[in-house]
Amino acid sequence: MLQYLLDMIIFALGIYCLIAKRHIIKKIIGMCIIEYSINLFLILLGYRMHGIAPIILPEMNNSYFAQYSVDPLPQALVLTSIVIGLGTLALMAAFAIKLYEKYRTFDMSEIHRLRG
Amino acid sequence: MLLFDIILIFMIIGTIIAVETKNMLSAVVAVGAVGFGVSLLFLYLRAPDIAITQVIVEVLSLIILIRVATHVDNVAIERRIDNFANMTGLIFIGLFIAFCIWAFTDVIPFANPLMRVSQHYLDAGLRETGAANIVAAVILDYRAYDTLGEAVVIFTSILGAFVILRSKGKKKLSEEDDITVGILEDA
Repeated sequence: MLQYLLDMIIFALGIYCLIAKRHIIKKIIGMCIIEYSINLFLILLGYRMHGIAPIILPEMNNSYFAQYSVDPLPQALVLTSIVIGLGTLALMAAFAIKLYEKYRTFDMSEIHRLRG
Repeated sequence: MLLFDIILIFMIIGTIIAVETKNMLSAVVAVGAVGFGVSLLFLYLRAPDIAITQVIVEVLSLIILIRVATHVDNVAIERRIDNFANMTGLIFIGLFIAFCIWAFTDVIPFANPLMRVSQHYLDAGLRETGAANIVAAVILDYRAYDTLGEAVVIFTSILGAFVILRSKGKKKLSEEDDITVGILEDA
């Protein structure tokens, strides 16, 4: 319960960084922080008290493993999510560099000139 | 339990530094500290595969972020303070934390997971797939289409970044077209 709340404080700080800051790199940093906190929340939901990693060692029997292992399904899905986060971060960085080359600033409030 | 709280408070401090500091390079380094804290916490939460992946992805994303942050000027442009956005953000944080305190009374308690789906993977994973690592069995056998979708998403995003960062098109504007289509005037 306390762990969930501390994790959600990190999420809220990421949302604040995304809303209130005007620098584009600060916004990208806010997206990174939100992504960390959500991945961590899913892993925290699957933790089991005195658990073991979901890897079967040769000296274990299967019933002991099935009783004490942590939840493997969030780990598999978060593994996918982390790697996708790297791809979207690269795309956001490319957009930031292109915006700087066009407008000569990183300030979001200056980048409002839409031309058709 | 106490160890998790200590690492989470370390991550909160790193997040506050990353949000509030003026120098962009310092903010990027603070985000790196938060990311490695996440990786350490994954290791203590018995998820070694994700800890390894998080370290690798963290190093790569730090390289990308430093490339952007040191592109030209790395100092924040906060000359006038946007009071409306600050107040909106702070009110949102307060409402969100209050909602979380209310909502987490119904979520399952910590360290007591709900294993309705994945109990089958733990029981029969070794027999059905032959993989000793159940996470590898899930991502490569039970949910392999999910991994295929992940590969498609990564390919699309890298393709998008490549197209955006390409400095000029392949064909010059002054160059003539090779072929002529449409209705010719004096044929």
